[in-house]
Amino acid sequence: MSAPFKQHLIDPEICIRCYACEAACPIEAIEHGDDNVVVNADKCDHEGSCVAVCPTGAIDEWRVVNTAYSLDQQHAWEDLPEQGDITADVPVIQDENATQDDPIAALLAEAHKGAGGKASAPATASKPQVNLFNLGTPAKAIVQGSYRLTGADSDADVRHIILDLGTQNFPFLEGQSIGIIPPGVDNEGRAFAPRLYSISSPRDGERAGFNNLSLTVKRHEDGVCSNFLCDLEKGDTLRLTGPFGTTFLLPNDQNAKLLMICTGTGSAPFRGFTMRRQRENPFTNDGLILNFGARRPEDLPYFGPLNKIPESFMKKWFAFSRIDDHSKQYVQDKLRVEKDMVAEWLRDDATHIYVCGLQAMEHGVDEALADIARGAGLDWDVLKVKMRENGRYHVETY
Amino acid sequence: MADLINVSYDTQIPNNVGLSSDKRVLKALEKWHPGYIDWWNDLIPEQFQLSDIYLRTAVSVDPKGWAKFDYVKMPDYRWGILLAPQVEDRKIPFGEHKGEPAWQEVPGEYRALLRRLIVIQADTEPASVEQQKFLGKTAPSMYDMRNLFQVNVEEGRHLWAMVYLLQKYFGADGREEAHELLRRSSGSEDAPRMLGAFNEATPDWLSFFMFTYFTDRDGKMQLEALAQSGFDPLSRTCRFMLTEEAHHMFVGETGVGRTIQRTCEAMNEAGITNPYDIDKIRALGVIDLPTIQKKMNLHYTLSLDLFGQEISTNAANAFNNGIKGRYMENRLEDDHQLQNDTYPVHSVVGDKIVSEDVPALTAINMRLRDDYVRDAAGGVGRWNKIIKKNGIDFALIIPHEGFHRQIGVFSKVSISPEGNIISQAEWDANVGNWLPNKADGDFIASLMVPCFEKGEYAGWIAPPKVGIDNKPGDFEYVKLYEA
Repeated sequence: MSAPFKQHLIDPEICIRCYACEAACPIEAIEHGDDNVVVNADKCDHEGSCVAVCPTGAIDEWRVVNTAYSLDQQHAWEDLPEQGDITADVPVIQDENATQDDPIAALLAEAHKGAGGKASAPATASKPQVNLFNLGTPAKAIVQGSYRLTGADSDADVRHIILDLGTQNFPFLEGQSIGIIPPGVDNEGRAFAPRLYSISSPRDGERAGFNNLSLTVKRHEDGVCSNFLCDLEKGDTLRLTGPFGTTFLLPNDQNAKLLMICTGTGSAPFRGFTMRRQRENPFTNDGLILNFGARRPEDLPYFGPLNKIPESFMKKWFAFSRIDDHSKQYVQDKLRVEKDMVAEWLRDDATHIYVCGLQAMEHGVDEALADIARGAGLDWDVLKVKMRENGRYHVETY
Repeated sequence: MADLINVSYDTQIPNNVGLSSDKRVLKALEKWHPGYIDWWNDLIPEQFQLSDIYLRTAVSVDPKGWAKFDYVKMPDYRWGILLAPQVEDRKIPFGEHKGEPAWQEVPGEYRALLRRLIVIQADTEPASVEQQKFLGKTAPSMYDMRNLFQVNVEEGRHLWAMVYLLQKYFGADGREEAHELLRRSSGSEDAPRMLGAFNEATPDWLSFFMFTYFTDRDGKMQLEALAQSGFDPLSRTCRFMLTEEAHHMFVGETGVGRTIQRTCEAMNEAGITNPYDIDKIRALGVIDLPTIQKKMNLHYTLSLDLFGQEISTNAANAFNNGIKGRYMENRLEDDHQLQNDTYPVHSVVGDKIVSEDVPALTAINMRLRDDYVRDAAGGVGRWNKIIKKNGIDFALIIPHEGFHRQIGVFSKVSISPEGNIISQAEWDANVGNWLPNKADGDFIASLMVPCFEKGEYAGWIAPPKVGIDNKPGDFEYVKLYEA
């Protein structure tokens, strides 16, 4: 059985048969009969010229399949088939909370534990694809670039690493993770297990329309995988598994408000969220808050680019714990300073809260939110459960 | 050398034709520009001119740069001159010059013919904006208002495209014609638009949807035929316009479809199964299906008249001379010269409609009209699927091509929608059942109440299934200016 791949299809219920896509396709992968406009999976290279010219949006349909839908099948459709379950020789995680015997699912469940219960995806999140590539059939990526994000005088080495996925179909969403397989074997001669890293680019690529993604990685002195990643140079190749994660996702609803609380490389998923919003709807105001903690500005990944984002698009509440002449400030302290706005957001059903970073931050953030809620006459324990069940409260810590 | 893919903004007029180095044409266009802006500003109510509208603008003529969405005030819309990229070594694809290099300049012997074709096409572009000028005030949603204005600004751009050809290639005559395009006005007594359908009123949104479905589809067929032209600048202009035209038909097809959907839903909610129970259905605040059939009959037949006489020596000359081809000429498998071919054309002999084979060259209009009829039928089939899915026993039927015609062989006789030749008396007795009458118009007009809350829709129309640019249902497509 072949590996699952992403097939481009056209929704016959939405399509108005203007054939603009057919005219735009440079390699004649699109054709039409008396009824439908169809895409030849053998020819289509996902190049994308057809997408912009489609007046209806019918063109922007994709299904992950083991065997491509044939032209005859597509010609006969009255409506598009649902995404089926992928039954390749790889397990598919349907619910990360339920499949504890899967090591990756177990890792994610552990990371999400801080939310205090079963995690749910936001109601308007796109449906994620998971486990398309595993240890037996990993994806291969080529390093396009690796850039140090922290200042030269910082002792933290945090890097932005861009990976080119070539022609492989690796559909992912912001907030999902990938597994990295470090080469070599451990002391006992066993291959290393994959390590999980959050993707830090939006779903349409680090560069829009390109099949690439980025990671935000901090070098740990004895970390096998982090050293492997941080030492990679342009042109090096590596093996990936995934994508993983079905709940820590971005709502598609443009009116959803996101309060993103992070430290260090916990900023990775939020970079993806923010870029997605910027590409989708750069004119939304007052919909994003980033509460970001680090020791000093030079230790804070993406500090320069973040400062260029207008406050109207995203409020930035930086908390620094080691600036000379300043008192220590952690993310939870910043939340308390901004308690009026946090309280206003807690009352709003559009608010989604995400916490991502070191496990040590969980407690302080939870306490601060509880205090602010109490001050506003709300019960955080009740509200938290409600928000979590609605897919509006997410914790991912490690 | 000028960048021929990306749009240059180095003059007041965005273009990909190197306008800044073509001083003569630039000057002529700059002279024409204020008149155009005046025309636009007089037409569209001020409140809408000042509103921010989520519009699509082209930043390049390749597919990827074709649709950039952003909030724009209509007077700031980047009207400009955009030609599809030049195809290297393009050859004239049909007619007696078939196989010769495509013309980059106007061939002297065809100058008058070409100018006339361009002027006729150009005249329809501002006309439709004039016909639709009152619709913004009764938009059934912000989504629909945005679609209306998108259609309007693009028709404006199409006028620019044609005016560029006139100014660039037709000297003083072209300048005069460009001026006249702003002087004529839809429905005017003394200076009407050139074609009948473009002097009809578009009084309500169902008319607008029918117009964009049926009449803009004529535009599409004409542009397809002109996109084949041996005169390369015309071909390139039309090819670029066609992508925009597809969007106009999308507005029409989904607009009528959503109207039908809402009617069916309301009938089902009220437990009405008989689609002819018109009073009861209208009492629900939706447009009954028989009235939708009448509106379709009207707009379809007005649009058929736009194809001209079935047998035409002008059309034969335009084809033979390599000026105007056939629909999808490049996909047709014949000699592309038609010297020895025939084509079946209908005519009226006594009290019968007969079909006879005539020289294919003279039947070019008829062939394009037949292609149009096939193309238009597809969407009607999809509308019927909506009715069927809702479990209602009714089907919209495209009337016979001889029904209600003012031009061509059928104009001298009265023909029923089923295609029977009937007496004048029979016509007079039934026309109220076949075409919208005043009471129908008054009823539809009574439903035209604005709905300007984002994400909400007037009661007679269903929301769209997919948002523009994949936006969610409550996206703010228009930020309405509040004085």
